[in-house]
Amino acid sequence: MEFIKTLLANQLIVSILMSTLSLIFINVMVLVVLYTEMKVAAHIQDRVAYMRTGWHGVLQPIADMLKLLQKEDIIPTKSDKLLFRIAPFIAFTGTYVAYAVLPFSSIYIGSNINLGAFFLVAAGSFVVIGILMAGWASNNKWSLFGGVRSAAQMVSYEIPTSLAIIIAVMITGSLNLQDVTKFQDGGIGNWLVFGGPLPWTQKLMLMPFTLITFFILFVASIAEVNRTPFDFPEAESELVQGFNTEYSGMRFAMFYLSEYANLFTVSAVVVSLFLGGWSSPFGTLMSGPVWGIFWFVVKAYMFMLIQIWIRWTLPRLRVDQLMFVSWKVLTPWLFVCLIAVGLILVI
Amino acid sequence: MSAIGTYFYNIFHSLYAVVVGMKITIKHIFTRSATVQYPTVKMKIPERARNRLFVKIDDCIGCEQCVIACPVDCITIETIKSTPDMDLGMTSKNTKKRLYIPRFDIDIAKCCYCGLCVWPCPTECIVMTDVYEFSEYNRQNLIYSFSNMTVEEIMAAQDRLEKYNEEQAAKKATVAAPVKESPTTSTSIIPATPPPIKIEPPTAEPNED
Repeated sequence: MEFIKTLLANQLIVSILMSTLSLIFINVMVLVVLYTEMKVAAHIQDRVAYMRTGWHGVLQPIADMLKLLQKEDIIPTKSDKLLFRIAPFIAFTGTYVAYAVLPFSSIYIGSNINLGAFFLVAAGSFVVIGILMAGWASNNKWSLFGGVRSAAQMVSYEIPTSLAIIIAVMITGSLNLQDVTKFQDGGIGNWLVFGGPLPWTQKLMLMPFTLITFFILFVASIAEVNRTPFDFPEAESELVQGFNTEYSGMRFAMFYLSEYANLFTVSAVVVSLFLGGWSSPFGTLMSGPVWGIFWFVVKAYMFMLIQIWIRWTLPRLRVDQLMFVSWKVLTPWLFVCLIAVGLILVI
Repeated sequence: MSAIGTYFYNIFHSLYAVVVGMKITIKHIFTRSATVQYPTVKMKIPERARNRLFVKIDDCIGCEQCVIACPVDCITIETIKSTPDMDLGMTSKNTKKRLYIPRFDIDIAKCCYCGLCVWPCPTECIVMTDVYEFSEYNRQNLIYSFSNMTVEEIMAAQDRLEKYNEEQAAKKATVAAPVKESPTTSTSIIPATPPPIKIEPPTAEPNED
């Protein structure tokens, strides 16, 4: 990214270019993920989905987006008009901003700040505000329930997320996501999930703890995105659509977009922290700046596939079970891992 | 089991359940799907399925049993009697047809596909076929007319019937007419004026008690 900066010699134009690039990437990625989700969900349920729009339905996500674009924008009369209008955009902004610190490749990262991981967690909290606003401003009991539950869930699952990030950061020594990824460069053995590029004694001792941390981060990230089995806020059979109930057309599309963008973000975080980000698993084979983007996207996509797979396997957790899992299972185990990893690194 | 024991048991048990579930779903990703992609592939329907009605109008004798049997009154039949000198032909069951049928309308939108009209038909001319794709854009197109008489034929049949009726009426009139036209030939047994009846006063005959 530095050469683009010197090329254009104008910080403003570079920032606009980088933000547009992220936006384009989000749009294209959401279309692909939507299609994947529909098709995988259908085949898990022994049916086919979308065979008629385009070959095997590849044009269907575009049709969905067009439909949402041209829908009437209904705003309930008694709702809090200002909050209602801006809530989807705040939720989307929280997600979109996180794309600035994702290391897509060794030469491309939107913003090379030294606090990348911390920034991610903070931006995730921004989404909570958007959802709370949506739930409250809809002037609808069920939206309120959905919004409040969602806020509780997201806040309580940020603790395991942050702890897992801390563990990964402890091993590498930097909050900058690009540095964490560079640390894991050099092949599958160097990935943090297997202990990182450390001497083999330390690695052997570290490996169980990093494995557990990796799984817990994965689980917590599914909960962050409000996906089944943690999708109580949008429990489709109970709350109509949760906080989404009163939204239609473009505003609903914003929430939808932000859900899938968030999905990619948390997958990308898991991938860059524990699975080596843009580095190739074969060491020097198929590695390089352009291959980096390929590996990054493919790995994150694998994680999204696993999340879709889990979505159509498991029933929903009750809200008290949700809280139980977060506070009484994920957090204590992460503390144990934290202490263990710290001790091992010190010795 | 102690509390800690239950706690660990629950964790591992639920993880195991998740793994088992995921094994099942991934097996299902690779099974052939059960969808029949309708417009290009159609499922076989049973042999005696009750779908759109069809009438073999050449066999219809105009008995209107189907009209009486229909629970939603979707069949409308109008008949014209044929004159004895016309030969309408025979039905497939070798009975003689005696009625012209200028109108045999079935409003298939009203039909409830119960099949009650099929059984009373003496010549089995109304049947249920296996056609189920007959949607129309215009509701008027759903009133099926099975009659195959042209307007001229209908007028001709009506004229013939009228003429025949007139002839019959005329014949009846000529049979009755000779009675009134010759009153002078008094061969009738009914007298013109009745004879006076003499009423005699009763005699006082005590033997009639």
